[in-house]
Amino acid sequence: MNGGWFPMKWKVIEKSKLPILIEELTKEYEVFAPVKEKNVASFERVSPENQPSLDFRNTKKPLKEVFSPQTETVFTYRTDKKDVEIVEPPAVKGKMVLLDVRPCDARSFVLLDKFFSSGEHKDVYYLERRKNTTIVGLACNSPLSTCFCTSMGGSPFGKEGVDLLLQDINNKYLIETVTERGEELLKKFPWLKDAEKADTERAKKLSEEAENAVKSKVSVKDVVEKLDRMFNDPLWDQIYQKCLGCGVCTFLCPTCYCFDILDEEGKRVRIWDSCQFPCFTLEGSGHNPRPSGKERMRQRVMHKFNYVVKNYGEIFCVGCGRCVQECPVNLDIREIIRAISARQVE
Amino acid sequence: MENIENSIREVAEKLLSEKKVDLIIGYEQGTLPLRTTPCFVDKVEDIKKLVWNASCDANLSKYVLGRKEKIGVIAKGCDARLIAVCAIEKQFPRENVVIIGVPCLGVIDRKKIEAKLGDKEVLEATVEDEQIKVKGEGFELVLPKKDFLCDSCLTCKHRNPPICDVFVGEKVPENTEADEFAEVSDLEAKSAEERWQHFKEELSKCIRCYACRNVCPLCYCKMCFVDQTMPAWFGKTNDLSDTIIYHVVRAFHVAGRCVDCGACSRACPMDLNLRELIKKTEKIMKERYGYEAGVSLEEVPPLGEFKMEDPEEFIK
Repeated sequence: MNGGWFPMKWKVIEKSKLPILIEELTKEYEVFAPVKEKNVASFERVSPENQPSLDFRNTKKPLKEVFSPQTETVFTYRTDKKDVEIVEPPAVKGKMVLLDVRPCDARSFVLLDKFFSSGEHKDVYYLERRKNTTIVGLACNSPLSTCFCTSMGGSPFGKEGVDLLLQDINNKYLIETVTERGEELLKKFPWLKDAEKADTERAKKLSEEAENAVKSKVSVKDVVEKLDRMFNDPLWDQIYQKCLGCGVCTFLCPTCYCFDILDEEGKRVRIWDSCQFPCFTLEGSGHNPRPSGKERMRQRVMHKFNYVVKNYGEIFCVGCGRCVQECPVNLDIREIIRAISARQVE
Repeated sequence: MENIENSIREVAEKLLSEKKVDLIIGYEQGTLPLRTTPCFVDKVEDIKKLVWNASCDANLSKYVLGRKEKIGVIAKGCDARLIAVCAIEKQFPRENVVIIGVPCLGVIDRKKIEAKLGDKEVLEATVEDEQIKVKGEGFELVLPKKDFLCDSCLTCKHRNPPICDVFVGEKVPENTEADEFAEVSDLEAKSAEERWQHFKEELSKCIRCYACRNVCPLCYCKMCFVDQTMPAWFGKTNDLSDTIIYHVVRAFHVAGRCVDCGACSRACPMDLNLRELIKKTEKIMKERYGYEAGVSLEEVPPLGEFKMEDPEEFIK
């Protein structure tokens, strides 16, 4: 992978010692981790008052907001009669650590990187933050019934997108080094013990069990290619009917990246946008090329399972199941994929 | 429940086969435990998909909007009332809709079950009379249904649809005791500062996904005020000030029209209590105008007409 670099030995940390590690980390890094409030876990900056929660399945919101916040001022400006002065936001200096990132979410960064770094104009706002961040993953021992990561190229112990991967082996975490950046971070904790063979064997067994525990499967094998011929398929008339056109699925999707640009007084702001909103494609003339939920639903499916495959070589779905859990009307993306699979098209 | 389900199917079949309606909008089994999903039936052979149970929580009146065909729609008390409100507001001709009224003792709030179970996931659930049996990895629990109903259902005064064309099943006793404005009274008892803190904490979690608006049958504007860009009346960011103004203006817009079906709170992915602010407007309408939305097809909503005797003590 990285030339002559070989990952260092696997380490272990007792669960009771994790707070010490986190405290040390916060001295040097901005640490983000899942924090639970009531029953909702969300990624928040860790502080003495805001301590990570370890008993979480996954966070309600994905982590994309750490790199691409829902509302972001891209620059401020001042105008007078002659001149325009543009002030760029201060460069991102601080280093970040994202702790306890589920493998599906970590994998979403690999996909988002492709989008934000592609083309002639790279997205410096996203890339700057991304560059300064170390991702510490947390493998899933017990996937949810809505998880379908294994159908989307991921796995509960997946390593794509993580620098270090924590694996919960009862009373301790096994720490697997995945990248050089991960190793750099780990070097700061020389007190960590080396893993024993029993630890790695235990993790291997848990990994296999977790893989088998992902019961929800969908086949995308022919979906990508089939969609090429389904733009005008009557299927869209059926499946969009119950869609409310809200932004739950897209805003909670770890791989949806669309945004809108607003000029507010003295500043240019970008905010998350959703292809499910009518204004997403509303033109200045008043014409809307995607006038109804049908076209908008088709766009979401086409984009995730066809267009991006052509542009970036990957399906933009990591199977985290957030849209499945949170859709107000239980419009289940897995059912849509199955309906496409089952469709006879010419 | 099963009887009601059968009766619903019989009524639906009759309406469809006699061509009284072109489409039945009801519920079918969802893909997750304790979930149903809206179902659109235009063929008699699909009628068997229709279900009725305590998870039929979607407000189907939303789907009547914007349709040209004749529709039969399964309606709980709250759904029927919203069809009435939309009909008074001329969103569709009343005669285009056959309201299939169903008595309802409340729908289950899955968020309450999730909160109770913490990180345990429900993999299987059955509802029998007053009990919800939930099963998952290594646990099996029997929960009393009454503790896991949606808040809006706990104080519902119209378990039997006040307006409908066909009534399915038998009438259930109305809940006359519960104080539907208890939550509002709690809010009123707080100081302005405490209320501000409360709304600030709650609404700062909003992600502006508009599920609350889009699920609401009263939000039928072709262009919502927050979506307008020329001019942009309100900010679209998730900064607190933009978010609060969205929710406050929406509360004003549904004042005197909202029937507290609770769909907005159920739809919210961030678990915000979106009902309480709107409930306050409902209380004001009741106190000032003696008006209750969706119980009459004749009475014009107070904010839609002017009467000489309208209270106007605010004009000094």
